[in-house]
Amino acid sequence: MSDKRNTRTGWFKSGSPWIWMNGGAVSIAVIMTLGLLAVIAVRGLAHFWASDLIQANYVVPGEQPRPVIGEVVQREQVTRERLQGAGLPVAEEGSEFMVRQLLKVGNREFGADFVWVVEEWMQDVTRPRELLAIERREWGNFYGYLLAVRERGQLVAEGEAAWSALQERLARAGKLFDELNRLERVDIGAINYGMERLRLKTRGLQLDDKLTAEAQADIDAQRAEYQAQYRALEDRLAELNQALSRDSILMRTAAGQEVEINLAKVVDVYRPNAMSTTEKLGFYGAKLWEFVSDDPREANTEGGVFPAIFGTVLMVMIMAVIVTPFGVIAAVYLREYAKQGPLTRLIRIAVNNLAGVPSIVYGVFGLGFFVYVLGGSIDQLFYREAAPSPVFGTPGLMWASLTLAILTLPVVIVSTEEGLARIPRMIREGSLALGATKSETLWRVVIPMASPAMMTGLILAVARAAGEVAPLMLVGVVKLAPTLPLNGNYPYLHLDQKIMHLGFHIFDVGFQSPNVEAARPLVYATAFLLVLVIATLNMSAVYIRNHLREKYKALDH
Amino acid sequence: MNDLATNSMTSERTQRVDFNTPALQRKRRRRALKDRLTGWYVSIGGLGVLAAITLIFFYLFYEVAPLFQGAEMEERAPHEAAWLAEADEHAMLLSVEEQNRVGMRLDSSGEVVFFDLGDSSVIHRQRLPLPEGVQITSHSVDVPGSERIAVGLSNGQALVFRHSYKITYPDNVKTITPALEFPFGEAPVTLDEQGRPLEHVGLTANDDTLIVAGSSERELHVLRLAREENLMTGEVTLEQEKVALPQIADPIMSIHIDPRQQWMYVLNGRATADVFNLRNGSLNGRYKLLEDGGNRITASAQLLGGVSLLIGDAKGGIGQWFMARDPDGQARLKAVRQFKLAQSPIAGLVPEARRKGFLALDEQGRLGVFYTTSQRQLLEVELGQGAEALAISPRANRVLLESGGALRSFNLDNPHPEVSWHALWGKVWYENYDSPAYIWQSTSASGDFEPKLSLSPLAFGTLKAAFYAMLLAAPLAIAAAIYTAYFMAPAMRRKVKPVIELMEALPTVILGFFAGLFLAPFLELHLPGIITLLIVLPIAILATGYGWSRLPEAIRLRVPAGWESAILIPVVLVVGWFSFAVSGYLEAWLFGGNMPLWLSHEMGIKFDQRNALVVGLAMGFAVIPNIYSIAEDAVFSVPKSLTFGSLALGATPWQTLTRVVILTASPGIFSALMIGMGRAVGETMIVLMATGNTPIMEANIFEGMRTLAANVAVEMPESEVGGTHFRVLFLAALVLLLFTFVMNTLAELIRQRLRVKYSSL
Repeated sequence: MSDKRNTRTGWFKSGSPWIWMNGGAVSIAVIMTLGLLAVIAVRGLAHFWASDLIQANYVVPGEQPRPVIGEVVQREQVTRERLQGAGLPVAEEGSEFMVRQLLKVGNREFGADFVWVVEEWMQDVTRPRELLAIERREWGNFYGYLLAVRERGQLVAEGEAAWSALQERLARAGKLFDELNRLERVDIGAINYGMERLRLKTRGLQLDDKLTAEAQADIDAQRAEYQAQYRALEDRLAELNQALSRDSILMRTAAGQEVEINLAKVVDVYRPNAMSTTEKLGFYGAKLWEFVSDDPREANTEGGVFPAIFGTVLMVMIMAVIVTPFGVIAAVYLREYAKQGPLTRLIRIAVNNLAGVPSIVYGVFGLGFFVYVLGGSIDQLFYREAAPSPVFGTPGLMWASLTLAILTLPVVIVSTEEGLARIPRMIREGSLALGATKSETLWRVVIPMASPAMMTGLILAVARAAGEVAPLMLVGVVKLAPTLPLNGNYPYLHLDQKIMHLGFHIFDVGFQSPNVEAARPLVYATAFLLVLVIATLNMSAVYIRNHLREKYKALDH
Repeated sequence: MNDLATNSMTSERTQRVDFNTPALQRKRRRRALKDRLTGWYVSIGGLGVLAAITLIFFYLFYEVAPLFQGAEMEERAPHEAAWLAEADEHAMLLSVEEQNRVGMRLDSSGEVVFFDLGDSSVIHRQRLPLPEGVQITSHSVDVPGSERIAVGLSNGQALVFRHSYKITYPDNVKTITPALEFPFGEAPVTLDEQGRPLEHVGLTANDDTLIVAGSSERELHVLRLAREENLMTGEVTLEQEKVALPQIADPIMSIHIDPRQQWMYVLNGRATADVFNLRNGSLNGRYKLLEDGGNRITASAQLLGGVSLLIGDAKGGIGQWFMARDPDGQARLKAVRQFKLAQSPIAGLVPEARRKGFLALDEQGRLGVFYTTSQRQLLEVELGQGAEALAISPRANRVLLESGGALRSFNLDNPHPEVSWHALWGKVWYENYDSPAYIWQSTSASGDFEPKLSLSPLAFGTLKAAFYAMLLAAPLAIAAAIYTAYFMAPAMRRKVKPVIELMEALPTVILGFFAGLFLAPFLELHLPGIITLLIVLPIAILATGYGWSRLPEAIRLRVPAGWESAILIPVVLVVGWFSFAVSGYLEAWLFGGNMPLWLSHEMGIKFDQRNALVVGLAMGFAVIPNIYSIAEDAVFSVPKSLTFGSLALGATPWQTLTRVVILTASPGIFSALMIGMGRAVGETMIVLMATGNTPIMEANIFEGMRTLAANVAVEMPESEVGGTHFRVLFLAALVLLLFTFVMNTLAELIRQRLRVKYSSL
């Protein structure tokens, strides 16, 4: 036997090679999964690190040297021929490969903010400590040297003193900006909202022929009050704007141009080359926090994703509130009340299969039925004053949640049914034998015992819903929603509003943004966030399920 | 014990519990009621939810059904038109304005009457500025929608005019004021210098040129007029130029001119057409329009856009013809489609103004509503004999007919004529195309664009994407499932399964973005690497296995059986790294440094960055866990008695696997594949993000595709609600739903049968 095993033909005949091949398939699947997660995590998380800025002279053969400042985003080896194909004057001689780097040079007002450079042609690479990176509210990052700080055009500080003066003044500008932002968004937003409601009220009264002089006077008074409030706020707004634009800094670019940047347009400044590792870690934490808590800027390619997180969570929560009772009732009916027979079996198969129906089909259904049929009727019945602009007859939060609820209903039904089926017969019979009615048995014994299964179903449903994008593109998710769907304006929860969504954010920023290169790191970070949320949800579902199995194993005996 | 028993009995005797007190009875009734109510509540609720789910089917059908319904027509209440009875001349032409409020009638004396379509009263009367004593002998209408008309006169002259309608709101009442315009002057132009009556005219015009043709007896006269408007004075000057054409000897029956001012079609003799090239004044050729010698042409018209010619014959047939290029590059008049109304001669053909549909009326008074592209006859009604003129409104919802000195008007409901089963799935010969083709092109920037709604390229793209995904997923997932279920050590199984479950939970938008933004550029740069990987990886795995079997037992036994996968993980990693590391060298040596370029230049294989390979990898990734979990379940639940029996009889584990386990589990594995296929077909985000979304029919792995699902996601938000495009997208969704539903149901039935089989074993 062992002789035979040791010969090559024997080894082949034993079938071991095939076993190894099958084993290899498992290894490949595992590596693919973990590799994908690793790439997303590394690329997403690396984005928030303050990497060093380099200054160099870029000398393309046959051209004038060009000074550049930037951070290296990517490095790759390419064949000479590919570079030649790209129209670069690459020498014929030399090794097969050259290294090219993707340099983020910022300063979008002077051209592209990302450039590919050939590493060989980068000369005098240095990392000066005083190189400054500025995160701006518009036009992306700016890299250069700080020359001076100015207040209303007057010089305040120069040279090394400028750096500390800048930090001080930036903190002040940041505070002012926050106040201004709150004023515009919250206070003025509330007034605008109130005025719009007044307009709709007037229109509604007109339609019903109930617009009496009295009512009109009342509305006019309210409107006058809003206008007075608005004027007061407007004064404060002008004042704040004035104060905000007080300071500016003078910067010098790599090419020697001098640029004045107003601090009102600056989010953050830092000198990455002068930062210690601890400082960088602190900076990293702050950026990470900013990512999850801030609003997006610059067509979603910069800033945070807070509205998307908020929208996703709110939508999924509403969906959960809808899907749980309906799913549980359907499952209880199928398992406890319906007569078990071929028809029930058929229904069960059908429900099971609906979980496999492409999600886009649900999206089409949601758009056609919920938005146009249901929403259109609701508008006709209750929102005649808003016509011709639709209220519920257009994609929005409610329809998105409802569509996802229909989409995840099979998941909840199947899971709950499984939980109900696992409850041993004797427990039900015991309860009935003690004199409980069927409904009492159901409420007091069966459902509490099946509740972990319902929980599992719900978590799986939530995980599926959180990651679903295709149907949402049709029923209520947008690139940029001006306000959160839950805010301080009556009725606080705006079911008719469109929302932002993490998954759609990934699609939109990664594929429909004008500056893909700038957006890419943020897409990875958003993807990582989404994976994290969904993996956590799934892991908890798996945990609950395993826990449940252990529990019933004990009951079985 | 005894004491206790007696005790309790005595106590029972002393204070007997009465179960029938009114309070308890009430409580029992209440409980029973609650029980019944719960039963009702759950049943109604449960059935309601299940009904709501099935609603999705019915709703999709409900939206799709109108696509395949025909047209409907009903007559409106007639109104006596006194002025019509007084009119002594026959109608030459009828027309309806866009709002269906005003009709127009032209008779041979040159009188134009605009009348209210509601009560048939006259709104405006105007006589064309014809010379004294001159009659209209022929007329011709420019392309549908232009409202330009040319009339041929009995003195050899022709006049071109336009009818237009101005909408105003005096006192908030919508008022339509009709008017006649003469964009090329009120004076008739002379076609036949000898002053013979023009028997036929034809025209085509745009803002600054007019081509008008007329025939008297066998002679053809063509005139080109260039219009120039002085911007300062508004004065219009016209320049005339006679176009010389070779003359033909047959009696002319009608003249049509292509709006691009290249072709002129002259129908003559019994059934032939001469096509002239107006750009160089030459004859393109003479074409026989009817095969049957006894047949003759009785009517003709130009379809919307003027590219197609409709030819009605004496046997009720209608042919669509247009110029298309032969393989040799020569433009020829081709017979494109054939329609059939009935047996009697076609008397009139009226094209629609916004779509490629037309009405046909025969001498028996039978009206047919047709649509060219979808080759459909939507309606056939009897209207009675004696019809003199027929018109259809620009929105194609009103038909006007003059017969026997009375006006009849009809409501026409024909919402979706563009779609037929054949147009959706078969090859369609569109205008300006040289041969029939499968095309999906739902919108375009230009105005008179015809949507091309063939689902074939999309279905092809869907299957192509699914095929390449399955090519990766099926072998990997099944092999992995077999290994996990049959060979893997339980400790490792517990670690591997959560990883696969995580794989299943990954949102597809993440896979799609990863494929589009990372994988696609990476593969373009490392194309030889992926080929190397495919070749080297199996060899390396086999080599590792063989090497492992030759290791001394001391080392070999340190890793228990069922951990082969763990040993292979570093091997796969190393091979992967190696393949992509040598990729650049291979590319430099074998493919001239740039493989995509080499493919397209040397091999003639087109290469897109976002191609089927990328989709296959990403969607394969998405499908693997689906197939895996079901296949693993099927293999794992093969009764152990079978395997033990086989092993006890001396079979090796591999023999047991192939001869016993897989055979038993094969229906389960098959159903796993079906479910995987269903998922791949319906996947949206991955395809949307990882391909260029071009609807092409190429099996090439290095080109992209557009799938049904991605197409719905892209086009649904901007399609007009209730329109044909909207409903066709619903149809696409319905096709997806039915396909996956059938696949999944079959798979489920197979699995259930398998389960029964296992339990009997």
